[in-house]
Amino acid sequence: MYAFTYLRPGSVRGASKALATKENAKLLAGGQTLLPTMKQRLASPDHIVDLSQIDDLKNIEQKGRRIVIGAMATHASVASSALVRDNIPALAALAGGIGDPAVRHRGTIGGSVANNDPAADYPAAVLALGATIHTNKRKLAADEFFAGLFTTALEEDEVITKIAFPMPSRAAYQKFRNPASRYALVGVFVAKRGRDIRVTVTGAGSNGVFRWSEAEAALSKRFSVKSLEGLSISASGLNGDIHASPEYRAHLIAVMTARAVAAA
Amino acid sequence: MTKTGIGASVKRKEDQRFITGSGQYTDDVSRPGHVHAYFLRSPHAHAVIRRLDIAAAKAAPGVLGVFTGDDLAADKIGGLICGWMIHSKDGSAMKAGAHPALAQGKVRYVGDHVAVVIAETLAEARDGAEKIIVDYEVLPAVIDTAGAQAAKTQLHDVAPRNTVFEWAIGDKAATEAAFGAAHHVTKIDLVNNRLVPNAMEPRAAIGEYDPGQGAYTLWTTSQNPHVARLVLSAFIGIAPENKLRVIAPDVGGGFGSKIFIYAEETVAVWASKKVGRPVKWVSDRTEAFLSDAHGRDHVTHAELAMDAKGKILALRVKTIANLGAYLSTFSSSVPTYLYATLLSGQYDIPAIYAEVDAVYTNTAPVDAYRGAGRPEATFVVERIIETAARQMGLDPADLRKRNFVRKFPHQTPVIMMYDAGDYRASLDKAMEIADVKGFGKRKREAARRGRLRGLGYSTYIEACGIAPSQAVGSLGAGVGLWESAEVRVNPTGSVEVLTGSHAHGQGHETTFAQLVSERLGVPMESINIVHGDTDKVQFGMGTYGSRSGAVGMSAIVKALDKVEAKAKKVAAHLLEAAEADIDFKDGKFTVKGTDKSVAFADVALNAYVAHKFPTSEIEPGLKEGAFYDPTNFTFPAGCHICEVEIDPETGVTEIANYTAVDDFGVLINPMIVEGQVHGGIAQGIGQALTEGAVYDASGQLLTASYMDYCMPRADNLPSFKLGFTETRCPSNPLGIKGCGEAGAIAAPAAVMNAMTDALGTEAVAMPATPQAVWKVAQSQQKLAAAE
Repeated sequence: MYAFTYLRPGSVRGASKALATKENAKLLAGGQTLLPTMKQRLASPDHIVDLSQIDDLKNIEQKGRRIVIGAMATHASVASSALVRDNIPALAALAGGIGDPAVRHRGTIGGSVANNDPAADYPAAVLALGATIHTNKRKLAADEFFAGLFTTALEEDEVITKIAFPMPSRAAYQKFRNPASRYALVGVFVAKRGRDIRVTVTGAGSNGVFRWSEAEAALSKRFSVKSLEGLSISASGLNGDIHASPEYRAHLIAVMTARAVAAA
Repeated sequence: MTKTGIGASVKRKEDQRFITGSGQYTDDVSRPGHVHAYFLRSPHAHAVIRRLDIAAAKAAPGVLGVFTGDDLAADKIGGLICGWMIHSKDGSAMKAGAHPALAQGKVRYVGDHVAVVIAETLAEARDGAEKIIVDYEVLPAVIDTAGAQAAKTQLHDVAPRNTVFEWAIGDKAATEAAFGAAHHVTKIDLVNNRLVPNAMEPRAAIGEYDPGQGAYTLWTTSQNPHVARLVLSAFIGIAPENKLRVIAPDVGGGFGSKIFIYAEETVAVWASKKVGRPVKWVSDRTEAFLSDAHGRDHVTHAELAMDAKGKILALRVKTIANLGAYLSTFSSSVPTYLYATLLSGQYDIPAIYAEVDAVYTNTAPVDAYRGAGRPEATFVVERIIETAARQMGLDPADLRKRNFVRKFPHQTPVIMMYDAGDYRASLDKAMEIADVKGFGKRKREAARRGRLRGLGYSTYIEACGIAPSQAVGSLGAGVGLWESAEVRVNPTGSVEVLTGSHAHGQGHETTFAQLVSERLGVPMESINIVHGDTDKVQFGMGTYGSRSGAVGMSAIVKALDKVEAKAKKVAAHLLEAAEADIDFKDGKFTVKGTDKSVAFADVALNAYVAHKFPTSEIEPGLKEGAFYDPTNFTFPAGCHICEVEIDPETGVTEIANYTAVDDFGVLINPMIVEGQVHGGIAQGIGQALTEGAVYDASGQLLTASYMDYCMPRADNLPSFKLGFTETRCPSNPLGIKGCGEAGAIAAPAAVMNAMTDALGTEAVAMPATPQAVWKVAQSQQKLAAAE
């Protein structure tokens, strides 16, 4: 790790200002990606802007038919929240399956979504559930938020404050874990809300999380595993590494989608 | 059996300090004013160093010294050595390329040591290292084990065709003749995947030079501190043995990887004099992946000749063993005398011929790793016999029974003389515990759930208790393999045992104390086991190859015999009786046929006070030492049965059942033995299903962290079902065989026999990851559809 200046603003406005004015500044949420990267000297921000002292970013509340989760809510707090468990159990289960207990008690939903790691779990839920990302500047629909590998629509001085999830009628997340890292080799989130059916895939796409529109169309006719029979996805555009070739990932997407529909 | 004696499952004395964070590991050692070493490592697998400019690094803040291979050479510090000479079939000596602790003109694997920076803080040392300018001329890399000999690039000038040696064992003519007469020949091609040891505690060292004494002290993560001192003194030339103290304090796991003498501890201790400050180095996990000696990495073709009744006639084996970029300390012995001498398995095989070519590649050095050669041998023997049974339509258990060695001693065609065993007993017991009879029903039930269930055996044998010194000397070992012990009885009757063995997880502080407690009748809390410090303990050979029970404890027994003999002399004077009339039992000396007695502690006190016996006849004090040289290897053996269940849709494998019945001879502490078996099986399952070091074609290690190198986790493992059978080992006083490696030796073959059974093809390689299994399941389904 290289030396850096540590800042701990008490408000979102202060954090945003620091981002805008300090040279080479990075937000620190749970630090589960940023800190290991800095330790390996692969990242060397001059300023670290720690969000941990901004209290109102940690709330989880219900607003009408939405569950609104503060950006600094940890995975553990989402997993154990009665509001989330009662209303979007698939989201609570997803949060409870991220990393290990240490990661879940430090890592945050805002940090995960802002980082948009192609193997992260949350982007699949945010996109499948049609969530809205609130920042200090605006509101962004999930469909316009994720913009490719480790890339989002966030501007330089923009800070995620909360994420609002509409309640689905049915939803489930199925993750096939990388045997070594236990990240999603393929993760599929299926959600049904009224006539809106979404199937999102994380871990597999070379451009990050994506919607599998053919599966969505098939399930729109009838929300059933049977509707998926014979449906497959092309391996082109999928990631390949020592753990899984694009072909294996394509196969797993179909398997995990069917399992998610069965579980939803 | 007493409550704490031999055979009692006494809780481990050392665990209190380990689990409360009170252990004292090398990184816990702080020396006044110690500074930090950081090694600049090669990012290339193979390159010539055209220019190495350290000027800016030397001037960096906090930096006390920057050293390169030239500095070591200027101080006449020798290179690292390989201590076991192997001769090729043509009689020529193995081709050992120079192995400098810091590179001299060339680097040969990613992680090879280019320079060291020593600074006040680790961060400053790293900053300094970033200022070193290296001009590399990158050369093509040799990575592939099987292709190394045909590669156009040569790693070492002394080793044409990248070949270290081309060695053979056995009777070629007799083997060929037997194959000529065979009714059936089974052929198999196997890869024994390369593993990274992954001890929980990474390697570490702290070197200190005392100018007043002109002497060095090295704290290091070693399984054999005396051997480390010997090598650092006699071969590398740091200092004479009497001016070098090596301390291996608590060590958190080794699995073989801490036997060896590495560049880092060599440089740390040498540099402590150069900079005039104690120098500490602690490996991070990535450095461990890159530079700890790896294990296994064999490519093998084997053929088994059978007669019509399923009797084995002969076995021939050709193995290419990858030894990496340099010869590590004992690397040459692993794919030769520790491997091919076990190719007879538990079977009466009339003729065996095995050839082993060892090769250099641009990868980390490969050396002994839990099992060291015997897992590789077991994998060959047990995979080929299972395959033969399937090809001949015979039950794999029956085929094994037909070929078991039944008479002992048994001379195999590959050096080993098996002394005792009952292989049928362990097979029968394992089959009963595993409920092999009910397997068909379980397989059908699994099929209804869409799962493929398979069952595999591994009736393994291994050789422990290494080893009779003359015998290994005749085979090329540079050292003797005896062990030493000293038993010091204090005046108040408490006991210190100084052992040449070294504990790094095995529980010696408990098991060795159990032996002393039983023999002397002294309570466990009054016994200390002292090890790991060359200034305290007499020369010893250390711990590896499951030798500490069979060899280390036998040395203690010899010393205890001497203590008891002397104590009897003292007791005879105290009891005013003839020495021949003195009995010793349960901590009391008695006069035969009387009620006269004296307690052990009183005898100890009198031995030191020396008031009541003539010191012209009996020396005062009660302290005896012994060196024990074994007369044979020991031969632990057993039967492991694995049942797997595969989800063909995803390729995920579940170990549904795992049964292990082992014959380790006499068990000192069954609880600790079970722990050893559990750990060994976990590592063996890891090799079979999850672990594998992968280098890309340019020599980058793709599995250099836990993100990509898959250690077995608790959720990969079932609850193991263990059982034991016992035949005493006849060659040592306690009848012990050794248990530290058996699980890792037996398990890969058991798992892969189950995998191949489930999938219906022999073409399943280790590690059988979900992706690999899915591919096999796919092609099997296509095959089935085509039929």
